[in-house]
Amino acid sequence: MYPGGTKRALEDVSITIEKGEFVVLTGPSGCGKTTLCRCFNGLVPHFYGGKLEGNVLVTDLTVSEHPVQELARHVGLVFQNPENQLFALFVEKDVAFGLENLGVSRDEIRKRVDWALKMTGIEDLRERTPHELSGGQQQRVAIACVLAMQPDVMVLDEPTSFLDPLGAQKIFEVIGELNKKLGITVLLIEHRLDLASRYCNHVVVMDEGRVVLDGEPREVFNSEKAHLIGVGIPKATRLSQVLEKSGVHLGRIPVTSEEASHVLKEVLRRD
Amino acid sequence: MIEVKNVSFTYPNGVEALQRVSLTIRNGEFVAIMGQNGAGKTTLIKHFNGLLKPTSGEVLVDGVNTRKVSVATLARNVGFVFQNPDHQLFCETVEDEVAFALRNFGFKERTIKKRVAWAINLLDLTEYRKTSPFMLSGGERKRVALASVLAWNPKVVILDEPTIGQDHKQKERLRQFIVQLIAQRKTVIIVTHDVEFVAECNPHVVLMAQGNIVAEGDAKQMLTNPDLVTQASIVSPQITQIFLGLANLGLPTDLIDIHEAREALLNFLEVTS
Amino acid sequence: MSVFDGLRFRRVSSPIHRLDPRAKFFYVVVMFVIAVIFNELLPLIVLFLVQMPFVFVAGVQREWIRSLRGALFLAVMIFAFNFVFGYLSPGGIPGIEPPVDTLSEYLALLERSLTMALRFAVLVESFSVFFLTTSPDHLGLALEQSHVPYEFCFAFTTAVRFVPVLAEEAQTIMDAQKARGLELERGNFIKRVRNYIPILIPLIVSAIRRSLELAEAMESRAWGTTKKRTNLYVLKMRRADYALAFVSVLMLIFAVYVWRFISIPSLIAFLR
Repeated sequence: MYPGGTKRALEDVSITIEKGEFVVLTGPSGCGKTTLCRCFNGLVPHFYGGKLEGNVLVTDLTVSEHPVQELARHVGLVFQNPENQLFALFVEKDVAFGLENLGVSRDEIRKRVDWALKMTGIEDLRERTPHELSGGQQQRVAIACVLAMQPDVMVLDEPTSFLDPLGAQKIFEVIGELNKKLGITVLLIEHRLDLASRYCNHVVVMDEGRVVLDGEPREVFNSEKAHLIGVGIPKATRLSQVLEKSGVHLGRIPVTSEEASHVLKEVLRRD
Repeated sequence: MIEVKNVSFTYPNGVEALQRVSLTIRNGEFVAIMGQNGAGKTTLIKHFNGLLKPTSGEVLVDGVNTRKVSVATLARNVGFVFQNPDHQLFCETVEDEVAFALRNFGFKERTIKKRVAWAINLLDLTEYRKTSPFMLSGGERKRVALASVLAWNPKVVILDEPTIGQDHKQKERLRQFIVQLIAQRKTVIIVTHDVEFVAECNPHVVLMAQGNIVAEGDAKQMLTNPDLVTQASIVSPQITQIFLGLANLGLPTDLIDIHEAREALLNFLEVTS
Repeated sequence: MSVFDGLRFRRVSSPIHRLDPRAKFFYVVVMFVIAVIFNELLPLIVLFLVQMPFVFVAGVQREWIRSLRGALFLAVMIFAFNFVFGYLSPGGIPGIEPPVDTLSEYLALLERSLTMALRFAVLVESFSVFFLTTSPDHLGLALEQSHVPYEFCFAFTTAVRFVPVLAEEAQTIMDAQKARGLELERGNFIKRVRNYIPILIPLIVSAIRRSLELAEAMESRAWGTTKKRTNLYVLKMRRADYALAFVSVLMLIFAVYVWRFISIPSLIAFLR
């Protein structure tokens, strides 16, 4: 519960996220996703105050017992608004910011900054000032900033809200790569499930502070509950549901448009 | 009716945001202006209420040249809801906020009271009448901004990126609301890059890229044409993408709506079985 | 706003730009001291001319001239003030004895007032050269390495970073309120001031929201972990910087010598 609040932001939430998973957390506005994701790096409860009951463990560290500064080494957080998380006058200085805070040596900082810029594909933006960049570029810088600290977990709070579809796709690609290549556990809060479904292997749906669904993407997207709560299920899944009702049975439940094409081809060829 | 005649616009810092754009929007039309961030969409709509005046060419709103009148005069008929409601909210109560524009336009107090009540009711904000707008959630603040623009009943309503940050339910609400506005014979113009939303609303679509209008037409025609989609740097709706993979089976490739998709598939199955 | 134009940085590189800000600042302080110790017109003219090469080497003529134009108004005020004040009570000005009525006395007063105005111009000139040739991040770095607490350096560079953002936002807010019928150009003075409330409040609220988001981001990147913050960049004094410092010291010594031991003629006497 936040200080001054009358209702709990989170109620009895229990979830387990395995290392290396790509988790998508979704749900209607106000369901508590934002609060939950801030629990992972300690902003809740340390920065916001309020009361946190229960335990949050990230890589064996209990969040309430460690300061945000320490948790920041393990959990990186990327926020919704690209502009308001970049403070330096040059991109590479921003990427170095976290490492500078940690007191890392200059040579090591230089190495990690170069590496982070390469991993996110923005080496050519190194000396630009954040304000000149597009929203998509800014978000990639934000990801690089977090990546430089080499966290085990990356949490992203609706990073594509302000981006156009191509920009959003690029961000998902980058995150997907980091998850695959570097094994970073990803927790992505998103409404645009159509685009995110391609990458995730675990979906959690929240509503009014509680976890309502938790499991494999196919199960969650296909469940009646998801539809009732008003989550924007991928169109591919919705189409399969609509066809099921009309008596057409598909082999598998698709979550991406490619899968849907594939599955439909089988059904249509069969007949 | 809004006529854009050969309009070019260059910002003071030298950026050529619009290059010889021509467009006509008729009364009662529902238009979606789409394109990448930076294509010139917002620049274009700011010409509709005179916030920007063309560097060359002219814009006529109901026959009146926007260069000759003030923004306030044009605003009387052209309502503009900005992307971020926090750029407009400043009053102590939602009521005052909704009444702000009415007071600026010089409505009588009695009329103001009626209009405020009507707008607040329309947007489901009655319980927040006396609340400070800053206390409301993001979605609620967006509704307050919308109410404050509808209060003076403009003939044209422009919405700049209304779907950003909205969840599925909120978008559906918005879509139904737009339908209502069209039924009231208002002209509705939205600027968006949310292709799925446009696919569900089925408006007249104008595609922009790099300060030019690439094409305009039916939502179906525009969003299912791969060349246009690439030119405007948007993506096709999911349904279109699904059917793209089924093209060689002889299924239509110009679908954007899920119900049409179902029909097409059922027809195909009946035909082949 | 033209005075501020001179203070705004442009992305150009020249030998002057590459000098360490600390050396440049030392030079500016020396200029300041020299400008203040002399009450005669001649040395100040020399001082003014001495700085011009820096301006041209740095390639910042246009902005520099703009900043001087902005300063012109104040310079004229200083001139007028000194002239009038000097006329009414000239005690203490060399060459003038009250009341002021001979030609030479008028000329002396004129020269004196010009000196005061020129002193101001010289100060503006040197500060403007400094700011025109020092990028904000170099300045922030110089502050940091001069052991100014990091919080202040950070606040400084972040503020500079967000100035264009805030400017754009202010414009958007004005547009948004104009679109609701707000007229900023009409009405008497009081009304106009009141009309700015719908602009100021959203601006302030937005600034507060932004600070909160920035704080979240800072915390999330381990702000405050250690007092011993390292830095990606470092400013090193090089030969050119030491040369500038050395030259500045020489100029100071020379100036002090002239001030103490050489009596400087008035401009009129000099021209004769």
